[in-house]
Amino acid sequence: MESLTNRKKVVSDKPMTLWEKIYIPAIVGGMMTTMRHMLRRRKTIKYPEETRVFAPVYRGQHVLKRDEQGRENCTACGLCAVACPAEAITMTSAERVKGEEHLYREEKYASSYEINMLRCIFCGLCEEACPKEAIFLTDRIVTTEFERDEFIYGKEKLVESLDDRIDITKRQFTGKRTEK
Amino acid sequence: MDTAMLIEKSVLVLLLFLISLGVAAYQTYFERKLAAWIQDRVGPDRAGPFGILQPIADGTKMFLKEDFIPAKADKWLFIIGPGISMFTALITSSVIPWGTNLSLFGRDISLQVADFNIGILFVFGVVSIGVYGIMIGGWASNNKYSLYGAIRASSQMISYELAMGISAITIVMLTGSLSLNDIVESQHGMNWNVFYQPVAFFVFFITSLAELNRAPFDLPECESELIGGYHTEYSSMKLGLYLFSEYTSMFVSAAIMATLFFGGYNFPGMDAFSGNVLAILSITAFALKIFLFIFVIMWIRWTIPRFRFDQLMHLGWKVLIPVAIVNMLITGIVVAWNQGWM
Repeated sequence: MESLTNRKKVVSDKPMTLWEKIYIPAIVGGMMTTMRHMLRRRKTIKYPEETRVFAPVYRGQHVLKRDEQGRENCTACGLCAVACPAEAITMTSAERVKGEEHLYREEKYASSYEINMLRCIFCGLCEEACPKEAIFLTDRIVTTEFERDEFIYGKEKLVESLDDRIDITKRQFTGKRTEK
Repeated sequence: MDTAMLIEKSVLVLLLFLISLGVAAYQTYFERKLAAWIQDRVGPDRAGPFGILQPIADGTKMFLKEDFIPAKADKWLFIIGPGISMFTALITSSVIPWGTNLSLFGRDISLQVADFNIGILFVFGVVSIGVYGIMIGGWASNNKYSLYGAIRASSQMISYELAMGISAITIVMLTGSLSLNDIVESQHGMNWNVFYQPVAFFVFFITSLAELNRAPFDLPECESELIGGYHTEYSSMKLGLYLFSEYTSMFVSAAIMATLFFGGYNFPGMDAFSGNVLAILSITAFALKIFLFIFVIMWIRWTIPRFRFDQLMHLGWKVLIPVAIVNMLITGIVVAWNQGWM
């Protein structure tokens, strides 16, 4: 059969030659290999003191964005939940009443919005599906918990706070905002 | 023997004891670091800066563990086993000349605890007793794996002692003395025995690895086959003593290899110095040689896999002993020729 890779090797069990029988050249060769490894630079990241540098487009914990005036972008259209391959997103929608214009950008908003972080596979499809630039994945890491239900993040954890806005400009393609 | 001599020797013995233990402790650290480097890891670095307090933490852990003696074990033999191992590992250091004479308090202090005229024989005798510690420990544990480990250790010891002795005899032939002091003095400067006896050194080095139960000859403590080998049943500081004695004997046998083949405390250009400066420099040179040997032994351990037991026996009896004997015969003929006996 024609071989599919170029890694095919013919194995032989010929008796060892004298050079092989005295083992020493092989041992010295092995020791050279280990010496090379000894002199190599360590790639270890000593975690608590050092942390790994994330790529600017790292897909970590989600954020629900507010617009420039601090109003929630999300209109509870449900496209993110439809797009989600892990079915991690659930939401209920509500109608904006008079006097809430400073809270929600459009007439409809999500009264509850939950992401199950244990189901989420951080694929970023929700972000891609969102027509309102409301949901983004960030470079934050979902923290560990002891109870499973603590991994279901509600709006209190997902919506960015007014004082501590989260920068997602690195995740935006240029011109995307005008399109949406 | 006057009182000052007694004090001088006691201080030297105490110093040697502490240094051997300290070196053994830090060998464990160095070994772990080296293993880590070879495997592209960082190694212990949490206890103190660069992890240098790791041996102390390990020792404390050993002390705090439960000291357990199995119900069916022979209690007294079980207890003296690690003691014998440690004793034999430590006592060999008494005949090694650690440096040239040191002048302190108006006295000429020899840095050798005891200058036996049969130094080499003493070393070989003590090293052979070393296997008793392992054998007794393995036997007294009343555990088949321990016994297997002990049997392996002793058969390996017997097989390799022969080649080791024969390769060391060539040095005795060249020097004409069994005293380690004479052997070192005959290698003054760069006149090291390894240049005259490379084959003997080679055989001696390999057999030393086997005597130390170090890789690639570490079958007595083969975890995958023997659950740890002769010290399977040991815990707490008794286990600690076994492990410790292994490192101590590694230190001592590195010193002996340096003494016999690499000129001991001699170093090139040593005639330019004298007195205490020479003594300090010679101790440093010797320590450096010991360090290099320890490094190479560890380097080998983390490079090559273990021998199979039949391969080990094959290497010992069918390769090393014939090589050592031929080497001894050739040396004998050359020595006799030079002396005009032929």
